[in-house]
Amino acid sequence: MPIVLIVAEQQPDGNLRKATLNAVSAGRTLAEKAGAEVHVVLLSKEPSKVSEELKGLGVKAVHTAGAPELEHYLAEVYTPVIAGLAQELKADYVGMASTAMGKDLMPRVAARLKAAMATDVMAFNGSGAEVTFSRPMWAGNVFAEVKLTTPVKAFTVRATEFPAAQGGQAAAEVKSFTPKLEPSKTKFVDFKEVKSARPELTEARVVVSGGRGTKGDFKEIEALADELGAAVGASRAVCDAGWVPNDLQVGQTGKVVAPQLYIAAGISGAIQHLAGMKSSKTIVAINKDPEAPIFQVADYGLVADLFKVLPELRQALHKLKE
Amino acid sequence: MKILVTAKRVEDPESKIKVKPDGSGIVQEGLKYKINPFDEIAVEEGLRLVAKHGGEVVVVSIGGKEVQEQLRHALAMGAHRAVWVNHTGPLDQLGIAGLLQKVAEKEKPDMVVLGKQSIDDDQNQVGQYLAEFLGWSQATFASKVESLESEQEKNKAPALVVGADNKTVRVVREVDNGLATLECSLPAVVTTDLRLNLPRYASLPGIMKAKSKPIEELTPEKLAVDVTPKIQVLKMSSPPPRKAGIKVPDVAALVDKLRNEAKVV
Repeated sequence: MPIVLIVAEQQPDGNLRKATLNAVSAGRTLAEKAGAEVHVVLLSKEPSKVSEELKGLGVKAVHTAGAPELEHYLAEVYTPVIAGLAQELKADYVGMASTAMGKDLMPRVAARLKAAMATDVMAFNGSGAEVTFSRPMWAGNVFAEVKLTTPVKAFTVRATEFPAAQGGQAAAEVKSFTPKLEPSKTKFVDFKEVKSARPELTEARVVVSGGRGTKGDFKEIEALADELGAAVGASRAVCDAGWVPNDLQVGQTGKVVAPQLYIAAGISGAIQHLAGMKSSKTIVAINKDPEAPIFQVADYGLVADLFKVLPELRQALHKLKE
Repeated sequence: MKILVTAKRVEDPESKIKVKPDGSGIVQEGLKYKINPFDEIAVEEGLRLVAKHGGEVVVVSIGGKEVQEQLRHALAMGAHRAVWVNHTGPLDQLGIAGLLQKVAEKEKPDMVVLGKQSIDDDQNQVGQYLAEFLGWSQATFASKVESLESEQEKNKAPALVVGADNKTVRVVREVDNGLATLECSLPAVVTTDLRLNLPRYASLPGIMKAKSKPIEELTPEKLAVDVTPKIQVLKMSSPPPRKAGIKVPDVAALVDKLRNEAKVV
């Protein structure tokens, strides 16, 4: 039976990246169409409790490898290990979530496997060996149906397009294997985490984003986000100015989000920003300029000063809870 | 130091992209073309590295003769010479990386610096494929700690920090939830993210000088690379349009809509 190998991702705190659950469910969708089974691989410093979580996700097998060299993710260290396992299993498809790690690692794994790759896959179509991949091009202005003609096919998936795989299903076999390590020409120096109690942008149910209109004052954006249990996002201009950390940028060149509710405050709506959020289920735009392009994609537009209405909105939402 | 940079020709990011009715591609009429914005950042970084450490910046582009426009643009910014891989017809990321591998093996640069993705295909693959094909160190999504309004940026200092012995480069990478720093042995492949630098404008003297700078012509045949695409785009379509929204007069009306119509709060 053909095999779909999904690469799991662990956070620096040791927990499973939530996007892995979406990638597993994407893998299961692909496997159904291709008549294949799903395997998952997890690399870590030492055997991890995360494998327990993975085995209940309705997959065939969970492969784990532990070694001190695997503590900090490096593309050059992980590539031979993942590609080696894929070759041993004779996997037909290798994929993972389009996280920073997925985007860095999967093309190098694909290169090692002489595989063609589709990035940011949103859906799988067709069946058997003829499965095709739907993916965005030109900042999401075009959807392309893509066929990969190499024997092994690689992909990353846009996590927001697939539901999270649910746990508690028949336990898969957990197999540990010896990682094929190669010397690395790259050294890990450090990781400076931007600590936040808020959910990760690409995983949040609600996102509140601020643009130039905030003039760099994100207090009201953050307060509203906290009222809603939301992630905070920003436009490119705001990140370029250094007002907020870069990894908050929503857009073609930043993070692509598709939450249930997206609130854009003081964001005019440049094409490249819209590309990053227009798949959101409900979009609210708050802007002083009634002609701002953001209103063209918003379900609900409010022409107003964000400093006046954001506190009002926060208080009104708070009252709903009482 | 020798830095090899790329200059892919892409549609102007501000232009409106429309799919042809038969789904065979995008409507080309009326489009303007530019150097891929991420590649422009790569060219800028190459120029800054060479300004600090000496050496030359070689810029490469793949395509028909029209890509000479993008090569001239990079030369006008200050790149020293150009390599043009003359190829018309379809080309996928494997093909691009294969061609760049051969150019890199011929040029033997200390670093290949290229955009993390091109804004047409949005694949984000070529740098990583190239690093693996060459067996080189890889650092994707290069960024910096300082903002684009910092002194460091105003002084046009390179963000990539080359070691005292010219054998390593330190790269700050933009990743999920923070910044990761790597030290790569040279030669290395570095892909650029948005906030690595603000590319300079080409000056008038720069544009004049660029006219006499050499462009070497190569082909996939000369480089002995089979560029038959392994990625086939079967069909393109426009994303489903969003249904027109409404303006609400005040916060109370907004909350009512979110609660009772959208049912999201």
